[in-house]
Amino acid sequence: MEKVVINESNYNVKKARILRTKEMTPQEKLFEIALEGRMSLDHEPGQFIMLSVFGVGEAPLSVSSSPAVRGSFDICVRAVGKVTSALHRLEAGDEVGIRGPYGKGFPIRILEGNDLLIVAGGLGIAPLRSLIKHVLYNRRDFGKVHILLGCKTPSDMLFVDELDLWNKRMDVYYECTVDRAAPDWAGHVGLITTLLPGVHLKPERTFAIVVGPPIMYKFVIKELLAKNIPERQILISLERHMKCGMGKCGRCQIQGLYVCQDGPVFNYADIKNMSEAL
Amino acid sequence: MKDIQYVILSKDNFNAFISRLSKLQKLVAPVAKGYKNYAFEEVTSGDQIAVKYIPTVLPPKKYFLPQRETLLEYNLSQGLDVRAVLEYERMALFGVHTCDLAGIQCLNMVFSRRPKDYNYLIRKNKIDIIGIECNEYCDEFASCSLVNANTPSGGYDLFCTDMGDYFIVHINTQVGDEIVDAAKVFERADMAHLRELVKLRENKRAIFRNELPVDPRGIPELFDKSFESEVWKDLDRRCLACGNCTNVCPTCYCFDIIDEMNLELKGGRRYRRWDSCQLEPFAKVAGGENFRKERAARQRHRYYCKFRYPVLKYARFFCTGCGRCSRTCMAGIKLKETLNTLIEEGITKVWKKWL
Repeated sequence: MEKVVINESNYNVKKARILRTKEMTPQEKLFEIALEGRMSLDHEPGQFIMLSVFGVGEAPLSVSSSPAVRGSFDICVRAVGKVTSALHRLEAGDEVGIRGPYGKGFPIRILEGNDLLIVAGGLGIAPLRSLIKHVLYNRRDFGKVHILLGCKTPSDMLFVDELDLWNKRMDVYYECTVDRAAPDWAGHVGLITTLLPGVHLKPERTFAIVVGPPIMYKFVIKELLAKNIPERQILISLERHMKCGMGKCGRCQIQGLYVCQDGPVFNYADIKNMSEAL
Repeated sequence: MKDIQYVILSKDNFNAFISRLSKLQKLVAPVAKGYKNYAFEEVTSGDQIAVKYIPTVLPPKKYFLPQRETLLEYNLSQGLDVRAVLEYERMALFGVHTCDLAGIQCLNMVFSRRPKDYNYLIRKNKIDIIGIECNEYCDEFASCSLVNANTPSGGYDLFCTDMGDYFIVHINTQVGDEIVDAAKVFERADMAHLRELVKLRENKRAIFRNELPVDPRGIPELFDKSFESEVWKDLDRRCLACGNCTNVCPTCYCFDIIDEMNLELKGGRRYRRWDSCQLEPFAKVAGGENFRKERAARQRHRYYCKFRYPVLKYARFFCTGCGRCSRTCMAGIKLKETLNTLIEEGITKVWKKWL
């Protein structure tokens, strides 16, 4: 058996370093990561990377920062598996490996000139933050922008400082709700669907972008359709386990589609009849 | 261009050919392993080889996509030092059936799709392939006529057809021609030999008939109508979720990627190994959801990965009719039986227009 180095291998990783970590909740941490030489990741909002913690493994993680930030990028990670738990133990200065970005992100060019209804449930804010930052940075390219956010309790809320800034902006309609309130909570209580009646929009020129746990899609999409938003204008991002990110390992397969290459962002019309998708 | 495409290998020279070839490079061929079991293994002489054999337990896939292969090596002692590696072995495969040639062609398509998999693509070019024709069915599990894989359509360097006292050998590539030159045991074929080959292929047409009562062109549509079929519920009750069917399949390629530290904990490697969509955690995500929780959904996924999804993506079936999944299944799930039930069920929905 011979062994040779193959630099062209797509399993090769780019070396990267953690610049900063921030504990957002007991479960979720934000990592700012820079590729070696401060190379740009050059991602689109909604795309993901494969992150290596060497000796533990690789995990697919969506990029949370704006593409406009070029020398580093953010990922918001919940410690839920082997790799993400190991990542949580790392600190600023530690090295990781990066492959990607992979997948099809949000179709920015198509969204431009339309009203946006962004619906984020729980950790769904992680990929959506990249889109929201992009939209706010290029605010005049879009029509009305609605951001609806839902999470379990106030202490589960991610990116709290930024939410406050979005709330204060006059060019964003922002609402958030929690499933269960805490004593000092003055905002909405209830599922995210309870925020939808308060949104007034022109369905024919609105794109709804929804990211959250599978159960949320079922209820939110039903409400959006009731608001007459066309199926083609409902975009969702699907979570699957992935090993390669290159349409081969089979983990993320939904029927004939590979979420890692054909998604993770899908048009609702394209997958509504696919069993195993939602 | 040389005009010699066909040569003759007399059976008297077979042993000489095999031992010469095995001296040039590692040579792998089907070897008998007890009752009705065969395996591709390294050989050095012709008498080790089972020239007539039913498909080996594992297909030649194991040489193209090894059960376990290193993708990355890293050292962490002085900062991160990481490099992508390829492990390979130059070899020739002798005695590959047409079903397995078709299987290798399927894998080639998958791994050359962008982003390309260079571990596979470089390795495949280090392996020479000598095919062998099936003059009759191996056993009742084969369905190679259904998928049109009982005669060769490329995918080999040399291809042998057993004519009794001799093999007639088709030279398909320059590599094949070099093997023929180096072995020095081949004679030129004349028109009489070629007429014999044509006759054999004609006879084969009478032996190899579509094993199922269905026009293969109608299969994708049949599957379109069969997603909620009762067949899957029946498989749900029988399947043991062991993953044998996908392991022995010549076109199943799903894999897992795993990190492993060396004992001194200073470095390690990342390797991939075969995985199976039939295993329960395969489609499970971090949030706890399992998108193919039921065995019915997993078996259905396997069948659709052979007969429906690749038709759109690669314009061919990813079943080669080798019959391995049926031969190996501990629960007796048989591909032909499953398809027959689908046909019976679906006949009213699809077939009318084909009649």
